[in-house]
Amino acid sequence: MAACCVDELLAKAEREEAEKLSSISVHKELDLDFDIGNLLASDKNRIDCRDVREQRKEDFLRALARGNTQLLINEVWKQPTDRVQEAIVAKLPDPTTPLPREKRLPKPKPPTKWEQFAKLKGIQKKKKTNLVWDETRVAKNELNRLKNIARVQKVKVPGLGLTPKAQQSKDELTRAVSVAKTSTASMGRFQEQLPKEKPAKSRGKKRKFEPLIGDFSNEKHKQLELLKIMDSKKSKLDVTKAVNKQMREEDREEAAAKYKKGAGKKGRRGNVPGKGKGKGGKGKGGRAGGGKKRSKPGKR
Amino acid sequence: MRPLTDEETKAMFEKLSKYIGENIKLLVDRPDGSYCFRLHNDRVYYMSEKILKLATNISRDKLVSVGTCFGKFTKTKKFRLHITALDYLAPYAKFKVWVKPGAEQSFLYGNHVLKSGLGRITENTMQYQGVVVYSMADVPLGFGVAAKSTQECRRVDPMSIVVFHQADVGEFIRNEDTLT
Repeated sequence: MAACCVDELLAKAEREEAEKLSSISVHKELDLDFDIGNLLASDKNRIDCRDVREQRKEDFLRALARGNTQLLINEVWKQPTDRVQEAIVAKLPDPTTPLPREKRLPKPKPPTKWEQFAKLKGIQKKKKTNLVWDETRVAKNELNRLKNIARVQKVKVPGLGLTPKAQQSKDELTRAVSVAKTSTASMGRFQEQLPKEKPAKSRGKKRKFEPLIGDFSNEKHKQLELLKIMDSKKSKLDVTKAVNKQMREEDREEAAAKYKKGAGKKGRRGNVPGKGKGKGGKGKGGRAGGGKKRSKPGKR
Repeated sequence: MRPLTDEETKAMFEKLSKYIGENIKLLVDRPDGSYCFRLHNDRVYYMSEKILKLATNISRDKLVSVGTCFGKFTKTKKFRLHITALDYLAPYAKFKVWVKPGAEQSFLYGNHVLKSGLGRITENTMQYQGVVVYSMADVPLGFGVAAKSTQECRRVDPMSIVVFHQADVGEFIRNEDTLT
């Protein structure tokens, strides 16, 4: 009894399974060609005329369409699936059938007057790269960007003077006062002073010197470097020196020539200036010496 | 007291180089220790590192002198050499003038050197070249500027000036209270 029951149950389950499958599975002589990307299935099977005649035409077409659609759906669910918001979707592959474009190709634009001219002259477009990367500009741009943001949000940007703070220090206050005082048309020249008010400290640049006992080797190195530079700036040809050299050579030649001419009357003449010199020394008077000099040619 | 700025160093070196030329290097870079120039009361002092460190113990207003005074900066920031620098100028001098014994005294009283007092002079001395003045016994007496070049010196009359006086050792007595 029990065995009979089991057999019946199994048979029933088999039948139900077969029924289920029959609704899904469609028998075709030739397999369909699928292009899942385009959700396209093409049926190459021959259509039997008798079938069309036997059944009503409408019914036959509907059955054929349903069968093919079922096959397409089956194929779709063979693709990998994903779950998107309670719905299961299949991921379609890329379409394989090339389809013609929907619209016609656009016509080429007629060339502009400049393009016509450029073609006529053979002018080609050149890329200009005159731009140079500027590091300082980056910081400036960043500052401007922040200023723009502040302006958009209508926030006042503090410049000089008092900045909003819980507690201003004495230094900040004095600074704010001095800024306010000098912010007049006359740069604070005619600003009245309070009694016993101290003059504002000038906030100019302070002179800075090297430390008294610092890096001695560095100091020495710097001085030697300076000397090297000073040395290199001296002109190599000293005009005065060169002229002096020339003069000395001439003197020497003259003296040699006189010596060669021997100890004649000319030798005595050579002694004359020497005598003159001696006299000059004895005279001990600048003016007197000059006078004698002038008188010499007369004597000769 | 402080180190010299670059401008000050340059002004001083330019003046020194008129007397000792490139021998300044020997003053800056000494093998026997570290020496340096320091400015105090507009005066330039040359001293060893050791002396400098000792001098830091003395307050600025009490410090009269340290090391060797080389000269001072004028109000117009020009550098003027003092006679105290002679000890360092004389050994390295490039151009020298020797004065006759009779003219020594005149020079030491602050007068220019005349042709009559000129004993010897270095060859190739140019006009307005800084020179160190020596006695005939090779004792440095001071320094000055050549008024005439060596060539011209031979021709000029005996009473014309050959070397302009700048500083002499007589100043140690004459300017005793201002020299440091």
